[in-house]
Amino acid sequence: MSSPDALTDAEVLRIREDFPILHTEVNGHPLVYLDSGATSQRPLVVLDAERDFATTLNSAVHRGAHTLAAEATESFEDARGALARFVGAADDEIVWTSNATEAVNLVAYAFSNAAAGRGGADAARFRLGEGDEIVTTEMEHHANLIPWQELAARTGATLRVIPLDDDGALRLDELETHITERAKIVAFTHVSNVLGVINPVAALVERARAVGALVLLDACQSAPHLPLDVKQLDVDFAVLSGHKMLGPTGIGALYGRRELLAAMPPFLTGGSMITTVTTTEAEYLPPPQRFEAGTQRVSQAVALAAAVRYLDEVGMPRIAAHEEILGRRLVDGLAAIDGVRVLGASIDLPRVGLASFDIPGIHSHDVGQFLDDRGIAVRVGHHCAQPLHRRLGVTSSTRASTYLYSTEAEVDAFLDGVAATIGFFLGGVAATRDIGVRS
Amino acid sequence: MTSSDLQNLYQELILDHSRTPHGFGLRDEVTAQSHQLNPTCGDEITLQVHPGPDGTIEAIAWEGHGCAISQASASLFADLVEGMTVPEIQQRIDVFREAMRSRGKIEPDEELLGDAAALGSVSRYVARVKCAMLAWVAAEDALRKLG
Repeated sequence: MSSPDALTDAEVLRIREDFPILHTEVNGHPLVYLDSGATSQRPLVVLDAERDFATTLNSAVHRGAHTLAAEATESFEDARGALARFVGAADDEIVWTSNATEAVNLVAYAFSNAAAGRGGADAARFRLGEGDEIVTTEMEHHANLIPWQELAARTGATLRVIPLDDDGALRLDELETHITERAKIVAFTHVSNVLGVINPVAALVERARAVGALVLLDACQSAPHLPLDVKQLDVDFAVLSGHKMLGPTGIGALYGRRELLAAMPPFLTGGSMITTVTTTEAEYLPPPQRFEAGTQRVSQAVALAAAVRYLDEVGMPRIAAHEEILGRRLVDGLAAIDGVRVLGASIDLPRVGLASFDIPGIHSHDVGQFLDDRGIAVRVGHHCAQPLHRRLGVTSSTRASTYLYSTEAEVDAFLDGVAATIGFFLGGVAATRDIGVRS
Repeated sequence: MTSSDLQNLYQELILDHSRTPHGFGLRDEVTAQSHQLNPTCGDEITLQVHPGPDGTIEAIAWEGHGCAISQASASLFADLVEGMTVPEIQQRIDVFREAMRSRGKIEPDEELLGDAAALGSVSRYVARVKCAMLAWVAAEDALRKLG
């Protein structure tokens, strides 16, 4: 990727005009929304797309012979195509899901169902049992950890977890010992939802390929913020979540390589995913419909397509450049405040606009409450990544995360707020108090 | 520029209790204790009730980690109920819970709750009510185990 121009201040201000919520006040202050890593805000075009669908096309897709049904189906499949192009996939390699969590579970249960003997002869490659290994990392969001714990428990396979170093970076020197010939699948995150670092995907993919393991990439924190090309990254599966990339809640997607999806048994079963049904058995449609049982989230898919078109119009390389600047400002600014420990600050990897930190002696809930009083929205808690926090010796942290609509002025307001938080809670009290040790 | 609401939430009394909590430190001999976890933030508390020979609760002992509200609340609770009978403590827990769930509509009864009434403004922050309730829920559970 050549180094693109970041968004200008004027462009960011114009973008903000598309997001009505950014002009609201919270507790008497203009909203400073730094929680896009949890859920992003939606531009008018996304809201309009959902409403337009409901007011002009709403009807059931993939069934019915009437005009609306045909047009709704076309919109639904156009949306699939838009998302497919956005991530560099073919249309039939995108499966709609409710969210990324469901997408990970879809893959885990395909393995599980294959292990139980479901699927055709081609499903053999997904069969897991004793002696087989599933590999994930200590950095993962619970959504990319617990489905694999459960899969291991159901099948007798072993879950291996690639450890982190003291800074929180993946131990690449442990790849060979943790990804062995026994590994069937390696699941890891592209961008840490706590540290904001962009993991070296190529190193993990190379090792997985060397031992014949499949690769699942959690792209929840990368797809919204970086140009993403699943073919270039050479991953077998990728999962993403619509509401983190300007889209609505209730919609996510699984990318799967065509031949893999074709060989996988279904996860959820029922209507819309079958060809022939008798009272004793059923035959299934090819992917992606095989994995889309029941009524689909049609208006949400159409709205997500509007979101990715919006992102493409701005340009993902420019968004990434904008957020790289904001991310650097966040990390450097936090590190410059006495008493703040930025998690993963010394990791030498590129990062997105996201940083988490701990202030010994002040619990993250209190930090979040203090910032909220100034209209600043951040995430507090363990961010669904307890093992990572435990590894770094903290129970919880405070996270600020940006998006294309975030400004340097907002980052600065946040940094001022963090400094004031310390003054308010610790004041004359030394930051090394026993409370800090207990936390 | 800190608002009066926030100053009210984090009164000096509350911050003091959170910095030097009372009743902190578990005992080896245990009659009844309870462990409570707030799954949204990972905060936890282990709280013991220690009955005296006359059946009143002689002491509350607890350990845990969490926000200033949860730590202060545990400390204030320990101060409040020492020397009370089980029904007296349960009454305080009920009154405190009612105030916490009131979304700011019910001022805590100072006569019954003493300094713990300072936590009253927590009830206006729905996300923080669980923090304030953690120790009280643990105590309720421990008292139940006491039989």
